[in-house]
Amino acid sequence: MTKDTSYHSVMSRKKEILKNSFGIDYQRFEVSPIAFDYEGLMRSCGYSLSDVRKIQLEAGVGNTPLVELKSITGMVRSISAPGKGARIFIKDEKACPSGSFKDRRASLSVYHASKLGYKGVVAATSGNYGAAVASQAAKYGLKTIIYQEVYDSRKVGQPEILEKTRACEAYGAEVWQLTVGPELFYMMLLALEETGFYSASLYIPTGVMGIETLGYELVTQLMDQEGRFPDMVVIAHAGGGNVTGTARGLQKAKSYQTSVVGASVDLRGLHMASDYDFNRKSFTTAHSGFGIPFLTWPDRTDVPRNAARGLRYLDRYVLISQGEVFYATELLAKLEGLERGPAGNTSLAAAIPLAKELNRDQIIVVQETEYTAAGKLPSSQLTFAEKNGIEVRRGDPKENVPGKRIVIPERIEQMRVEDFPLDKIRQSYIKNAKEAAKGHQPVEGDILYLAEDSKSSVDFVRENLDSL
Amino acid sequence: MGNDQKLDARRGDLVQIHKIILTPEQRSQDLPASTKAVPYEAWIKGFLLEDRAKIGSTVRIETFIGREISGTLVEINPVYSHNFGKPRPELFHCGKEGNPNVGTKKVKP
Repeated sequence: MTKDTSYHSVMSRKKEILKNSFGIDYQRFEVSPIAFDYEGLMRSCGYSLSDVRKIQLEAGVGNTPLVELKSITGMVRSISAPGKGARIFIKDEKACPSGSFKDRRASLSVYHASKLGYKGVVAATSGNYGAAVASQAAKYGLKTIIYQEVYDSRKVGQPEILEKTRACEAYGAEVWQLTVGPELFYMMLLALEETGFYSASLYIPTGVMGIETLGYELVTQLMDQEGRFPDMVVIAHAGGGNVTGTARGLQKAKSYQTSVVGASVDLRGLHMASDYDFNRKSFTTAHSGFGIPFLTWPDRTDVPRNAARGLRYLDRYVLISQGEVFYATELLAKLEGLERGPAGNTSLAAAIPLAKELNRDQIIVVQETEYTAAGKLPSSQLTFAEKNGIEVRRGDPKENVPGKRIVIPERIEQMRVEDFPLDKIRQSYIKNAKEAAKGHQPVEGDILYLAEDSKSSVDFVRENLDSL
Repeated sequence: MGNDQKLDARRGDLVQIHKIILTPEQRSQDLPASTKAVPYEAWIKGFLLEDRAKIGSTVRIETFIGREISGTLVEINPVYSHNFGKPRPELFHCGKEGNPNVGTKKVKP
C-alpha cells in the first residue's frame, strides 16, 4: 500500500518517521512535560570525548591551527584605552575536509549512521553542513540527500547557497534546490520515509558532541602555545550547536573561567520564511533570525528534544551588522593573509570590538573560519545585495538597516557590538517552556531544570513563572 | 542558459528537472503572505533516463545516488553560474589603515 504523501498527512506521521530515522528513543529521557534528562540524552549514543577525537582523527577532521592575529590585535590596541586590547587568536576551521567546523558535527553523525547500518543520510540545510555531511558520507560509502532552501519564487538564488549546492554535488550528493518555505522539513520526512536513511539533523546528540573537540582543542593548543586558558571565546550563534558543543568542550578541558560569547549577524525585522525578504539578506546563517528564536525556544526543531541548547552555556550574546562582518573579512585577508568566507567571520567581527574591553594580557579566541569560493565572499555577496535593491555604502555601521542598507565601516573604531540582554531571552524561554507544557503546573524538578537550561537561578525562574 | 545550450537531451546526459512540490493551496498554513501566494518548487540534477527529450518535456532522471525522479526538463548540462561578483569600491580601503606598507598615498579611496 502506498502512503499518502500530502503535506498534512506526512506531517502527521512526523513522530513515527523520525523515530525510525535516528535510532534514538527520546521518550526515555522525558522527565515531565517541561523537563528532560539532557545529560542522559547526550550520554546515550555512547561516545566519550576521546572516542570522538579518535573518530575525527581518522576522518581527517579537526586539529586545525590556532593562529594569533597580530596585526588586527595591533589595530585594536591603537584605538583602545591604555592597558586595553586583548590578543586575538583564531581557530582556522577552514582546514577541515569540506572547509568548515561543520565537518566535526557531520563526522560523528555519519560515523554513527554507518555503525548503525544505515545506507544513507538525509539533511535539510542551506549552509556548510550539507557539504560536511556529503563529504563524510563519501568517506564512509553512504549516500546523501540534501534539501536546500535556495531560490525565491523568481528563481533568484543566494550566491552563497548556490555555492553550497555545487559543493554538495561535488561530494556526490543528490541535492534538492527548493524555494523559500519551512516545507523543507516535509521534504526531509518524505525522503526519510521513502529511503529509510538516517536523519543527520544538526540537533541530535552526535551533531553537537562532534563540536566538543573544537572547544577542547583550542584550550589545549592555547595552553601549549601561551600557557593560559582563553579569557573569552566568541562563537557564531544560529541553531545553538556551535555554542553548545564548543562550551561543553571548554568545560571538558577544565576551562571553567572562560567567558562564552555568542554572536549573530543582526537581521532583525526580516522574516525568515518570507519569499520577499529571502534575497534581502546577505547572511544565510549565524544570524539573529535563527539565533534569537533558537535561544528562546530550542525545541522548535526537527527532533523531539534539541541537543543544541545555547542558553545553557552563554555568558553573553551580541549582535553585529552585515557590513562589519564584510569589513572583518577584508581585514583578515589583507592583514593576516587568511582569505576566508564571510559567514565564518561573524565571530571575528564581534571579537574586534570585544577585544577593546579586555586587558592586553588577556586572550580572546575566535573559534572558526570557513572556506571561501565563488558566491561566498564580500564582492559576490555585495554585488548580489545591490542587485536586490539593497543600498551598499561606506560609513558608520550604526546606519545599517537589515534588508535595506549595508554599511561597511570606514575605520576599525566604528565597529561595535550590540548586547542582546540574556535575561530577556531567559524570560521568553521560561514562558515558551510553560506554554509548551500545556497546562502542566511546574513542580520543583521543573524549576531546577529551567534554571539550569537557562543558566539562571531558581529564584529567577520562580519570579518569572509567577509573573506569567 | 548558455549560448551553447543544446535543445535535445539524450540518455545519460546530465540534466536539471523542475517540479512543483506543493501548490499554494497545498502548502503549510503558517506562512507569510508573499510565500503563501506562490507554489513550493524544486530543481534536481541527474542523468536522463529517456532516449531523447526536449526542454519542457516530462522526463525521468537518475540522481547522483541512483534514485529515479521525474519532472520537467529545464536544462541540459546545467552550469554553476554563481561567481565572484564585481569589484566593490566600498571595500577598497579595508585593511590599508592597519598596514602602512600597503597601498599608495597617491590614490585616496
